Amino acid sequence: MKQARPALLATLAGTGNGRSMSLTQNIQHARMIATRRSQADGDRSATARRAIMLLAAVLLVVAMFSLFQGASDASALAVIKSWLGLDGGYAVTTRDRVVIEAIRAPRMAMAMLVGAALAVAGAVMQGLFRNPLADPGIVGTTSGASLGAVAVIVLGETLFAPFTALLGSFALPVAAFIGALVVTLALYRIATNSGATSVAMLLLAGIAMAALANALTGLLIFMSDDQQLRDLNFWLLGSLAGATWVKVWTAGPIILAALLFMPSLAHGLNCIVLGEAAAGHMGVPVQRLKAVAVVLIAAIVGAAVAVSGGIGFVGIVVPHLLRLAIGPNHRYLLPASALLGASLLLLADIVSRTIVAPAELPIGIVTALFGTPFFFWILLRRRGLLGF
Amino acid sequence: MKARYNAKKLHVRLSGKEILHGLDFEARSGELTAIIGPNGSGKTTLMRALSNDIAWTGEILINGAELKRLPAAELAARRAVLPQMSVLSFPFTVHEVVELGLRAGVAGAEVARGRNLVGEALEKVDLNGFGGRIYQELSGGEQQRVQLARVLCQIWAQADDGEPKWLLLDEPVSSLDIRHQLAIMDVAREHAGQGGVIAVMHDLNLTAMYADRVYVLDGGRVVASGSPRQVLTAQTLSEVFGCALKVDAVPGDDVPFILPQAAGGVGAVVPR
Repeated sequence: MKQARPALLATLAGTGNGRSMSLTQNIQHARMIATRRSQADGDRSATARRAIMLLAAVLLVVAMFSLFQGASDASALAVIKSWLGLDGGYAVTTRDRVVIEAIRAPRMAMAMLVGAALAVAGAVMQGLFRNPLADPGIVGTTSGASLGAVAVIVLGETLFAPFTALLGSFALPVAAFIGALVVTLALYRIATNSGATSVAMLLLAGIAMAALANALTGLLIFMSDDQQLRDLNFWLLGSLAGATWVKVWTAGPIILAALLFMPSLAHGLNCIVLGEAAAGHMGVPVQRLKAVAVVLIAAIVGAAVAVSGGIGFVGIVVPHLLRLAIGPNHRYLLPASALLGASLLLLADIVSRTIVAPAELPIGIVTALFGTPFFFWILLRRRGLLGF
Repeated sequence: MKARYNAKKLHVRLSGKEILHGLDFEARSGELTAIIGPNGSGKTTLMRALSNDIAWTGEILINGAELKRLPAAELAARRAVLPQMSVLSFPFTVHEVVELGLRAGVAGAEVARGRNLVGEALEKVDLNGFGGRIYQELSGGEQQRVQLARVLCQIWAQADDGEPKWLLLDEPVSSLDIRHQLAIMDVAREHAGQGGVIAVMHDLNLTAMYADRVYVLDGGRVVASGSPRQVLTAQTLSEVFGCALKVDAVPGDDVPFILPQAAGGVGAVVPR
């Protein structure tokens, strides 16, 4: 990384030259955690495995909690007992059954899927671009996916009629995937020159890309009619309110397949942290790794956006917290991100639908309210790292 | 019969400008081959071509196999590359960085099973007990030695198939103090005995001490090659570096000079 660079970009860029800098807050903190939690020899894998088990347990508890919490007083316990055949003769009311089975359960599944997807997409993108500030929401991937989805909603019956006819309920996620893929590929092309990714270029190009996609989305919204506008409202802030089993079955397989495939990228992403050339020297097929990672990011972001709109900050908060706790090894970071992302989005969803019950706050507002201060916190710590 | 890491009629163009002009190069197993030359002579470009980082034309063979035909993993099983400078964006511990080397190449971790290769490698580069430190927190010289430990792990983790394993070092001692310059060159020397080493060198004294064979590059061409005694002559060096240089000459005025050649063993005088 070049030394002379405008101050703001240097802050954003974040990958400091460790050599020219003295001790910093960031590193001291990470070291403190590393020395406190790890064995003396710096192998944090045991800590990471324990953390993953803990996160799985937390997710289970939060998931149950989300079934029990809601605007209605429906008894989740009674419904679960009846599922297990333990209802002891008491008939569960149809209303309770509907609330739990058709509203809260798909919503719980969707929050977990989307949360895991966004967190893992963030972690992979940060590894690929070698920068902790890369996030699908920041570099325009989410905007691209939204554009794709909005295009199908607004133009689905006219210009894109053959497309929607062909794909049916998959038209939305596929369009979102294409939008996300186009943005991510273009971004990679622009920001990467002969094997080295310029972080300044990445962030600037990402901002430009997001602006373009948002402008086109705005244009489509301008063209839309009242009914479409109501559908679109949901994209603007991000929401899980429309969760149905159909949506879960549309996005779920894509997200789950991508999540299951991700661990095979872990070693390559670890090596790429040393630079693309060094990763190649260690036998990582770098070009293939990058192509696969970009397609997977686009697939899960596209699927997540298609069912929930643009929910920000999960992808940046979750991996960052986990790196502080268990270190940046992707073999543990990716599964841990999936678990923590799922838990956090479930919690955010619980907040969004209970805090102003019976109305509900779009979840995008909740994640942004909590995520923005966190993002600034990272930026300010990075400023310390860059020494100004 | 010695194995070779060699290039024939090697041309490299970078952004339209030809940097290497049909260069022939040969390193032999069991030897340390040094590449020297002034800034911009093409040393690093030659190294990057040999490690297949940049586009080149001509022929490069590693142990007789064509470099371009080997998949990345096969190539990683035959040679490891020490970069000039590595910046890490995430807080990996030293142990985690070195361990990455174990999973490189083909066989990888199988060989390492039951051995503490990471610890052995760190000991080799004089970083005993540094495993738990965060990489970014180390000095430049320490970081460079961590990278060398990682590269050693990569070599050690490969199955012994009788083929020599090559170590490619791009200015391995550029940011090290003299004690560690000597220590690291000793490590390179030791590896050269079991496999082969190709090193881009800036320090002519260390080159004279450790190299079996020296290539002098200037303007993208080899201007001299052979043993240090044959190549490191006042005439060649003066021409190539563009300043009057003497070999084996003692300065006349009262300026102290410290030569690595005159150093005792590493750690002999002041034990840690």
